[in-house]
Amino acid sequence: MDFVAQLTLFVLAIFLGVELITKVPPTLHTPLMSGSNAISGITVVGALIAAGSDSGMLINVLGFAAVVLATINVIGGFMVTNRMLAMFKRK
Amino acid sequence: MHVSQNWIDIAYLISACLFVLGIKGLTKPKTAVRGNLLAAAGMGVAAVVTLLNEHIVTYEVIIAGVVVGGLIGAIMAKKVQMTSMPQMIALLNGFGGGASFAVASAEFFRGSANDTVSIIATGAAVLIGAVTLTGSLVAFAKLQELIDGKPMGFPGMKLVNAILFIGSLVGIGYLVVNPGNEMVFWSLVAAAMVLGLFLVLPIGGADMPVVIALLNSYSGVAASAAGFVMGNSALIITGSLVGASGLILTSIMCKAMNRSLTNVLFGVMAEAGDAVDEDEVYAGKVKSTSADEVAMMLETARRVVIVPGFGLAMAQAQHAVRELADTMEAAGIEVEYAIHPVAGRMPGHMNVLLAEAEVPYDQLKDMDQINPTFEQTDVAIVLGANDVTNPMAREDKGSPIYGMPILNVDKAKTVVVVKRSLSAGFAGLPNPLFAKDNTLMLFGDGKGAVLDITTALKEG
Repeated sequence: MDFVAQLTLFVLAIFLGVELITKVPPTLHTPLMSGSNAISGITVVGALIAAGSDSGMLINVLGFAAVVLATINVIGGFMVTNRMLAMFKRK
Repeated sequence: MHVSQNWIDIAYLISACLFVLGIKGLTKPKTAVRGNLLAAAGMGVAAVVTLLNEHIVTYEVIIAGVVVGGLIGAIMAKKVQMTSMPQMIALLNGFGGGASFAVASAEFFRGSANDTVSIIATGAAVLIGAVTLTGSLVAFAKLQELIDGKPMGFPGMKLVNAILFIGSLVGIGYLVVNPGNEMVFWSLVAAAMVLGLFLVLPIGGADMPVVIALLNSYSGVAASAAGFVMGNSALIITGSLVGASGLILTSIMCKAMNRSLTNVLFGVMAEAGDAVDEDEVYAGKVKSTSADEVAMMLETARRVVIVPGFGLAMAQAQHAVRELADTMEAAGIEVEYAIHPVAGRMPGHMNVLLAEAEVPYDQLKDMDQINPTFEQTDVAIVLGANDVTNPMAREDKGSPIYGMPILNVDKAKTVVVVKRSLSAGFAGLPNPLFAKDNTLMLFGDGKGAVLDITTALKEG
């Protein structure tokens, strides 16, 4: 993907983000933070590629660290968000 | 197994859409659980599809990493107490930044960053990711009270930070000209890590909600930068969504605390203003009351607003408060909660703490909704909140908190403040609310006082 296409995505996604997030009510701001945290664990995509490649020991070590950190983010983030939201659901 | 790159990219597009739908679900409490599950499904799609990538040849390291990370994440999510949620988020922010930093480093050593754009993106991911990592660890340590919450620093710290930042930019520029220079790369890593420490250490405990929100934003931007390095659209889109989210929450927190972002970041406190003498504010004007008297007042009330502060959560009094509210509702009294944006330790924290005690979320009103209703409120009960009810923010132009948005509890017919003593809050100011004609002080432990009022109300 060329740089301009990437930049286009980046800028448009920021506008989309602003539109979406301003509609989230203050009541849900903490779950929003933990949830968006889990989503930012998308780095796991890059982490998996680095951990599974055959480009040498250093890359795999960095990849392993990245997979561990990103997985904590993803699993911990989604689970704790779910735990909080379940408390808002019951009435 | 070999799948064409186009199909992989389409799968990433699907997961990006699921993330957007997931966040959209979070705009209503009713759809929020489903939204979270949609986002998790999006992550699942992205992860599975990545495993088909042609560069992945071994799975041992991946499996080990996923098992270790998954276990740690699951245990953290199960064990964490709701009062400790800010620490948990701080830690997760740090891990997110750390992961992007590690991914960008791996790309650097693989030598895949060889054109100007991807080298700059690698440098940015390393810089922002490492700053997020160490900065979040400091925020975590402060919130967990592993280190002193007071601002820490040394003379010339800002100059050192400026040098570290400019040095990092120069380092990235050097890498553009001389790609693959490992010495420069490691210097960049070291500078970024120290910068993260030095940026958060001078920020006081009271400002941590802003810092967490900002680091949340950084972790998103770091992921986006990693996406530029790898040419991966899912990372770019998702990272910028998270980056925008963190920035919006940062600005909401700054407004609620009446601080500009620059002041928070550089540890500047508001001007001290004219000294206000506590004795002058309080002398002879403070009236104290008893639980029985409050219960009697509540019996004739039609509308009661409860104003919770973090003190209430620290005393684990949420359940006691909900019981009091239930008792009042059973007696036909309308009960609502007034939630100031900084009532907890992070955006929306107080709402979660009350939801945990099974307070229905539609009774939780934010500042803009509840403020016009105080004039029709018979009794406002302030529990463990102080600065956010201080009328000086509205009336006293010389006051350091002048302009801070507050809950106008003093407009209620009667205000009951449950508090141990007349001591000042974070802002270190006396609160003229305590001395108003319509204010009654109920001195004592918050939880005990609430239980006493409930008992008296049930008996009465």
